[in-house]
Amino acid sequence: MNSRAQFNIQIGDELTWNVQPLLHEVRHALKQLIETGETAIIDLRSIPLAPGEEQKLIDTLGEGEVHAGLNALGPSEIIETRFSGVWLVTHYNEENSIISRFIEITEFPDILKSQREDMNEALDALEQQLASNQIADAAHTTSEADQ
Amino acid sequence: MTTDSSRKDMTLGEVLRSQGISRRSFLKFCAATASMMALPPAMIPKIAQALEQARRPSVIWLSFQECTGCTESLTRSHSATIEHLIFDVISLDYHHTLQAASGDHAEAARKAAMEENYGKYLMVVDGSIPTGNPGYSTIAGISNVDMLMETAKGAAAVIAVGTCASYGGIPHAKPNPTGAVSVSDLIKDKPIINVPGCPPIPVVITGVLTQYLTFGAIPELDDIGRPKVFYGQAIHDRCYRRPFYDKGLFAETFDDEGAKKGWCLYKLGCKGPTTYNACATTKWNNGTSFPIEAGHPCLGCSQPDFWDGGGFYKALSIPTEDITRDIIYASAAGIAAGVAVGVMNKTRKNAAKKAHQKTTIDDLEK
Amino acid sequence: MTEVEFLIWVRGPGFQIASVIFVAGLLLRLFEILMMGRKANLAEAKGSEMKSGLRTILSRSLHTSPTRSSAFSQTAGYIFHIGLFVTILLFAPHIMVFHDIFGVKWPSLSTTVIDAVTVVTIITMFAVLAHRLHNPVIRFLSKPHDYLAWFVTILPLITGYLAFHRVGMTAPSLIAIHILSVELLLVVFPFTKLTHAFTLFLSRWYNGAISGYRGVES
Repeated sequence: MNSRAQFNIQIGDELTWNVQPLLHEVRHALKQLIETGETAIIDLRSIPLAPGEEQKLIDTLGEGEVHAGLNALGPSEIIETRFSGVWLVTHYNEENSIISRFIEITEFPDILKSQREDMNEALDALEQQLASNQIADAAHTTSEADQ
Repeated sequence: MTTDSSRKDMTLGEVLRSQGISRRSFLKFCAATASMMALPPAMIPKIAQALEQARRPSVIWLSFQECTGCTESLTRSHSATIEHLIFDVISLDYHHTLQAASGDHAEAARKAAMEENYGKYLMVVDGSIPTGNPGYSTIAGISNVDMLMETAKGAAAVIAVGTCASYGGIPHAKPNPTGAVSVSDLIKDKPIINVPGCPPIPVVITGVLTQYLTFGAIPELDDIGRPKVFYGQAIHDRCYRRPFYDKGLFAETFDDEGAKKGWCLYKLGCKGPTTYNACATTKWNNGTSFPIEAGHPCLGCSQPDFWDGGGFYKALSIPTEDITRDIIYASAAGIAAGVAVGVMNKTRKNAAKKAHQKTTIDDLEK
Repeated sequence: MTEVEFLIWVRGPGFQIASVIFVAGLLLRLFEILMMGRKANLAEAKGSEMKSGLRTILSRSLHTSPTRSSAFSQTAGYIFHIGLFVTILLFAPHIMVFHDIFGVKWPSLSTTVIDAVTVVTIITMFAVLAHRLHNPVIRFLSKPHDYLAWFVTILPLITGYLAFHRVGMTAPSLIAIHILSVELLLVVFPFTKLTHAFTLFLSRWYNGAISGYRGVES
């Protein structure tokens, strides 16, 4: 935002006409989630926002109790906003540039859940680990017995 | 640009798993892809499913009368990881700026890819094609028209990247010395997707590629061949400065109060009202900004003939010719004609008056 | 011809042709009328021509005359004439055209206002047409060129409305069609009753002046 000040692009209050409707959309989605359990995702890249509007939106949503991070093809930031049930999910690439940003209205963002495929691989890996440990243990025991 | 032939038969899901990319990472990739393809986030699971099963298509990229700006745009697209993944999942078999091979080897690679994937490969073209003297642009001694037509024969679909390939672009601008034409002017029997822009937004290029890869079909196009998801709305209708237009608040010059306050650039020649592109929402440089946000009017670069559109800094509603001069001449001519007609009327009236004869008793008695 | 070439043509040669015909045609008509002159009135003047002329311009522009037609005609007439004035002269992109040609400019109204006025004007003009067709006397008096004048006047309003809201076609085509409809209006203008826009004050002044000279009320 500092670079904007440098170029003297002024961010007037008039520019924020998209923030209010967006917050209303979030409110509707939250109500829907409470009443029917239906989740919603809003892609912030699909909405024309003026300079500073995205920041204004994020500032309004604020930060709540949960702050999680991913390390998957670059970092991701998953924040529960000060409005419970409203999450701000920001994906970065490996160069720390934002590649996508969503507002998710859900009890728990899917991206945080462990995935079945990963768990299957994890199980294999763990079993392999244990097997190699056993061999190592066995080798260790044998060498001790030899002494 | 891998030559690993075993990977060609693998699905994208398999390729990614073999690279140790977790399912969660893949989902993140799909979320970014959905956003990039301007698809609703509810589509993410479907995209994931489709992408997993997608197979690597062979891509042959031909560059004709172009400035390499389109390729520069593509390779400098912000989400490096994502684009790398896409380049992993397409087999870019020929692209003379990016490929390692040169000369005969490069051409051999193109021929091989064509033979191996006949009827299935994707042909990407940037740059316009000269139809005048073929000597204006040749590659390996082959004229652009010949290479285009030869390569198009076995292509499943054609993607025209950039305004030059889509509509002729700058080489096509008056007086068009090379007789430059667009891809769709020459190829009539293949599905063509136009991805115009000078250059196109990087994520729009990758978005179109990914969309084709994901769904294996041509997206819905507008009447000049552009995917509606990216080119469905006029810049003006998605512009964050639109409220200023509606209120009648305009920047009159590039450094007046209006310009500093970020008012509408219509009067400075903005082509936003007649231009269809995704700049206002997707933006450039990692969603940082786009020309209008930087204080410059839209040039309309994704539209046909944008270079001959009557001046970049002339407001859309203003006549392109010197009407003041015409009106002065027309006034002189009009007044002269009016006076002449008036004089003629008077002469006729006087003549009639003179010719007028009073009726006498004698006349009546005749 | 592509839609962009179409737009370029209407903004360039098309606009030139239309403006030349409009200006030359209008001045030809005006000078022809002015050159007709009047016979010198040999009677002694019983009042001021100028004063009475100016008063008549004013009195006939305000709807006070009991001899005028129905209340509908008067009200509708006011509405669509003011509507035309607002939409033509107070919309920012239009002002820019005048500024480009004559070098003068003035403040514009917001598009919301212009949009609303356009809708009201279009509806009123349709009501005026319905009235013309419905009233036996007016229908009897109407000639094809009266309908032509109505048509070329409402066309730019409708095409302008569609262009602003981008309905049915892509923007370059819509804007080009709008400009073309204005050019049609300009070409037809000097050769139909539409010239009243330039001659009405002249004739109102003259009517008043005659009465003034005679010393009677106009």
